[in-house]
Amino acid sequence: MIQMEYYLVVSTIMMFAGIYGFLTRRNTLAILISIELMLNATDVNFAVFNRFLFPQGMEGHFFALFSIAISAAETAIAIAIMINIYRNIRSIQVRNLDELKW
Amino acid sequence: MELTILILILPFLCFLILGIGGKWMSHRSAGLIGTTGLGLVTLLSYLTAWNYFSAPRLADGTYATLIPYNFEWLPFTETLHFDLGILLDPISVMMLIVISTVSLMVHIYSLGYMKGERGFQRYYAFLSLFSMSMLGLVVATNIFQMYLFWELVGVSSYLLIGFYYTKPSAIAASKKAFIVTRFADLGFLIGILIYGYYGGTFGFTPDSVALISGGSAMLPLALGLMFIGGAGKSAMFPLHIWLPDAMEGPTPVSALIHAATMVVAGVYLVARMFPLFTAYAPDTLHIIAYVGAFTAFYAASVACVQTDIKRVLAFSTISQIGFMIVALGVCTSADPHHGGLGYMASMFHLFTHAMFKALLFLGAGSVIHAVHSNEMSDMGGLRKYMPITRWTFLIACLAIAGIPPFSGFFSKDEILAACFHFSPVMGWIMTVIAAMTAFYMFRLYYGIFWGKENKELHSHHTPHESPLTMSFPLMFLAGVTFVAGFIPFGHFVSSNGEAYDIHLNIQVAVTSIVIALLSIGLARYMYKNEKQPVAEMLGKRFKGLHTAASNRFYIDEVYQYITHRIIFRCISKPIAWFDRHVIDGFFDFLAWATHTTSDEIRSLQSGQVQQYAYVFLCGVLGLILLLIL
Repeated sequence: MIQMEYYLVVSTIMMFAGIYGFLTRRNTLAILISIELMLNATDVNFAVFNRFLFPQGMEGHFFALFSIAISAAETAIAIAIMINIYRNIRSIQVRNLDELKW
Repeated sequence: MELTILILILPFLCFLILGIGGKWMSHRSAGLIGTTGLGLVTLLSYLTAWNYFSAPRLADGTYATLIPYNFEWLPFTETLHFDLGILLDPISVMMLIVISTVSLMVHIYSLGYMKGERGFQRYYAFLSLFSMSMLGLVVATNIFQMYLFWELVGVSSYLLIGFYYTKPSAIAASKKAFIVTRFADLGFLIGILIYGYYGGTFGFTPDSVALISGGSAMLPLALGLMFIGGAGKSAMFPLHIWLPDAMEGPTPVSALIHAATMVVAGVYLVARMFPLFTAYAPDTLHIIAYVGAFTAFYAASVACVQTDIKRVLAFSTISQIGFMIVALGVCTSADPHHGGLGYMASMFHLFTHAMFKALLFLGAGSVIHAVHSNEMSDMGGLRKYMPITRWTFLIACLAIAGIPPFSGFFSKDEILAACFHFSPVMGWIMTVIAAMTAFYMFRLYYGIFWGKENKELHSHHTPHESPLTMSFPLMFLAGVTFVAGFIPFGHFVSSNGEAYDIHLNIQVAVTSIVIALLSIGLARYMYKNEKQPVAEMLGKRFKGLHTAASNRFYIDEVYQYITHRIIFRCISKPIAWFDRHVIDGFFDFLAWATHTTSDEIRSLQSGQVQQYAYVFLCGVLGLILLLIL
């Protein structure tokens, strides 16, 4: 049987890959993908902890499902915003998006 | 008696309807609504008076004091509370009749006088507001309710004086009236507070007073301060300056507010507090008498030389109110047979004066309506053109001059008798003032209806008699002036509430009639004919006096000097400087400091999302480290 630690190692790698991508990518779409990666890492954690620590309950699985649905909605909105940004400034480079400061 | 609440509610409803909906009403319907409302109020007032006075007297011979409505608004202690209610006693019922009658006549009169004026609906709305507040003032159950309505009356007076708000003089006059009376009301308010603190009540009667220690020394002060408020409203010297200027308002307004009702509020206040005055502050009462006598004399002398007919009437009003105040002030006890006659005389004169002075003002309005001018030089010889106005005006003049059988004779005679009872000097002073009254009123009468006709102006625009809406109130009030003197007034109102039989003091009556007739004769001799050599000669001989009197003895200039030169320069300017530089400066500094600081640190907000995320991440890692360690 696969140990719980293996799953956690995978999710940690996904998490930090996401963080790294979020901080270093220049393209907003890539940043969005990084966010998805982080979210999926947490989903894996939910499922794993539920499965190994509280096998009689279902809460962790449901949280994972909710999280997937919400991240789907969030992605749709984010892409819509990016399309509008692109229409306005002809670029989706995150460096160029500093108009809303102050 | 249960319907009395409607007396206040109806005019208020009229005010709301006309004030909010007036914009979409025709002039005609607005006038009808206002007049009908007031007609109902008048009917109710008469009904109330009838019920009140036909009820049997109490065992001690007085009429019962009824409080059909009372609502405790703000209780402070057991005895000290602000109430709103309706109080019916002989003087408040008498005032209900006076106010509703004059107000109704003015409403009817205004239908003709204000015809076609811009803001006709607004005018009727304000008239209703005024009627409501004045009626509320007289039926107040306590001094604080009286004060509330007192201020409402002041506001509606302000609104109506400034009715022609496009005219700068009207605006100035309305502001002057408001500020002067408001200033006096400060005294009233302080008086109420002192009275409430030391007397432990806001009630009107001595038996409701529960003095705390040291109170008996403070009550005269409290009552004196209240009288300052009354002096402001009743235009007593030196707070009279607003009343002549208030004549900038429409003439019916002057008749209602500045002749018959609001300006006697001060008299009413003193009469209301009369039991307290006699019980705690008889000396204050005598000071009031001297103030009244001086005012009466001062105003009468100014009235003798004014040329604007409304100003003459305004000064005559001040003088007559002085009479009422004197009559109250000369009272030494509450027994009408021993020094308390003045109370009844004052109320009687208030009643008759309201009627004939309203008549005089409405007559003057009718004249102004006909010649479109206030100046006596534009009139003269109008008797041919306006017979109704002329005869009714003559009746009113005879009444104010004190010629029997007109109402003014009876009330003035009682006042003079009360003054002679107090001291012969006071009696003679008031007799002389009464003679001056007769003189200036007939100077006015002859100046308008006889004298030198301004033919040039009249051929250009022939004066004509006023329409029925205007002449009916004149005739009605003239009728009242005819019969009011025969009302057994002492049976209804007297200082201790018991019935008092008015009996003429033959000596006083004959003297005053003879002196009045002499003054009328003098006025007739001086002003009746086309050429007026005597008047001109006297004007030249006493040039200084004449100019001083025409300029109202420079009281307004003294006020100007005191306010502009002393108060504005020495007090207001430094305060304004302090406000602008110290107080404003402090807050400006706060704003400046906030702004500069935020300007300095705003570059931290770069707008780069990834930078924020980096800081955020560092923060989270830091927190985790903290938690682990």
